[in-house]
Amino acid sequence: MKPAACVVGALLVAGHGLAAEIPLDQRRSDSEFISAATRAMQNDDAANPGMLAVLDGETLWNAKAGAAQKSCADCHGDAAASMKGVAARYPAMVPGQDHPLDLEQRIDLSRVTDQKAPALPFESTDLLALTAYVARQSHGLPIAIEATAQAEPFIAAGRALFETRQGQLNLACAQCHDDNWGKRLAGNLIPQAQPTGYPIYRLQWQELGSLQRRLRDCMTAMRSEAYDYGAPELVDLEFYLMWRARGLAMETPAVRP
Amino acid sequence: MARALIHVPATAKRGEVIEIKTLIAHVMETGYRVGVTGKPIPRDIIDDFVCTYNGEEVFRAKLYPAIAANPYISFFTLAAESGTIVFSWTDQHGATQVQTAPITVE
Repeated sequence: MKPAACVVGALLVAGHGLAAEIPLDQRRSDSEFISAATRAMQNDDAANPGMLAVLDGETLWNAKAGAAQKSCADCHGDAAASMKGVAARYPAMVPGQDHPLDLEQRIDLSRVTDQKAPALPFESTDLLALTAYVARQSHGLPIAIEATAQAEPFIAAGRALFETRQGQLNLACAQCHDDNWGKRLAGNLIPQAQPTGYPIYRLQWQELGSLQRRLRDCMTAMRSEAYDYGAPELVDLEFYLMWRARGLAMETPAVRP
Repeated sequence: MARALIHVPATAKRGEVIEIKTLIAHVMETGYRVGVTGKPIPRDIIDDFVCTYNGEEVFRAKLYPAIAANPYISFFTLAAESGTIVFSWTDQHGATQVQTAPITVE
């Protein structure tokens, strides 16, 4: 074996474990890692296809649903006031729940308990639209997840998952997104995986999708078995990622390649 | 009716070049993909877009399967007089969606 190959081999064996979390002042939104054209599309409300879903969400917000025949607006009023900053605090611990809920799950909880309507399935057009509409009300506000004593174990579990090697490629999320962000994977810049703009309009999907869908995609790409939608592990991971992105501005609906 | 987003300046000066932006929700299914069952997903696209300004056609586009979902079309025209700008999208089955936007020219 040539010396150079030995060095590479040694690095691979040494593997992960030296990774440190990205220092707070070096964190950047993923929209800085995309092309100027895609960024322009995101930042122009007339061109951002996610805005179509936000408008659909506004309609749903005002529509009566379920046996209670109540709309979201009947209790929460004007979303611009009542939902301002809410998405920047999710996932969150919700009273009466022993596990944190992400924004989609929180909306569904309200649908079931308050509107007496059937829960909207994960990744359904309606749930994504409502989530996008609620999250849009936090546009530009800093992500404000606090690692309270109650939340801390779940954030820690998410972090452990982020740093654990998985799948046939034996990769951890952190190996790309903590250790090698800013470098290239094939032709693409590796972003920091800061979930500032979910639900996102992903050009590859040609539609809006949730953070859970994005995480499942990443797991499939690492050739590991993705957790089911709503799995506690996925919510922990979302919780950790949002905590990791604390202070960065919300940009829902973001556009990504 | 599909959701559409139209941006036309509310007011413009006579002779000014104005930018018009349109975005419409549509799957733009190419017909080349297969679904989870292995059956082809039938083609379903918008294939024609027309914009008229006080009845006069100012822009027309033919759309094909290579156009992405939720087609975004932007173009420029001359603000000639106050009136109505009409947008219509027609899909391959012949169904047409029409939206209008007023403009005031000073």
